[in-house]
Amino acid sequence: MLPIADVLIVTAIVFSLSLVGIVLNRHNLIVLLMCVELMLLAVNTNFVLFAHYLNDTAGEVFVFFILAVAAAEAAIGLAILILIFRHKRTINVDDLDLLKG
Amino acid sequence: MNLVQFIFYIFSALLIMSSLAVILSRNPVRGVLFLVFAFIMSAGIWIILQAEFLGLVLILVYVGAVMTLFLFVVMMLNIEKLPPRTGVKKYWPYGILILLIIVGVTCYVIGPEHFALAAGPAPGEHSADYSNVNALGMVIYTKYVYAFEVAAVILLVAIVAAISLAFRGWAGLSKRQNIAKQVQTTPEERIRMVK
Repeated sequence: MLPIADVLIVTAIVFSLSLVGIVLNRHNLIVLLMCVELMLLAVNTNFVLFAHYLNDTAGEVFVFFILAVAAAEAAIGLAILILIFRHKRTINVDDLDLLKG
Repeated sequence: MNLVQFIFYIFSALLIMSSLAVILSRNPVRGVLFLVFAFIMSAGIWIILQAEFLGLVLILVYVGAVMTLFLFVVMMLNIEKLPPRTGVKKYWPYGILILLIIVGVTCYVIGPEHFALAAGPAPGEHSADYSNVNALGMVIYTKYVYAFEVAAVILLVAIVAAISLAFRGWAGLSKRQNIAKQVQTTPEERIRMVK
């Protein structure tokens, strides 16, 4: 069977890479959304891992619901992205300074 | 190292490389395609962890629906006109720092002196007649049925929200009838005598 530490390190690397992607990216809002999806993927892999190791189905049920919520989030996020692009003609993160404060 | 572990290491190496490509690719279409690849590799890891239903759902729902949506949006927006990226040169030390902190803390925490689960025995394989779909369905429709209904409502709200956000109004979109205008028409408007 798989050593649990290796899977945890792989998911930690994927999670931190997507965090690094959010920090580095000043160019494109879509890549930001993609990094959030990648983060959810890493977290879901951890859930599946612990569901397997603790022999508890609850973790897999949780992944099921996270997938549903993530699909809803992606749909609404992309709709907002299209609205922003129609309004400002850009999706550059630095140019999106509509909020004041 | 047995065969399953070897396959897992291949999957995870490809997963890490493709997620690196997602955050570094300049072309967002290529980024979405690398993300699809990362999802497929991750589905492979989930299937190794004996969550085969979720692995297939990840490929069907995520790659089939969500990533297609991303690809549509990326191709709809005119990305070519955007200015080149500026952040990587300025922020990459912070990125490396974040990577080192998270991976370092994880390595420290899951060491054998802190993490009892790693030292314990590995779980056994399920028997041959075990069905992951069956096991999930038995709890989703009994113990978690309210959460399941709430998830359905969330998806409904997402549909309504996405459509109403991206909708530009009926003008110019549909071929609807204007009944009053149709009733008030005269024969001269509709018939043209050909000599």
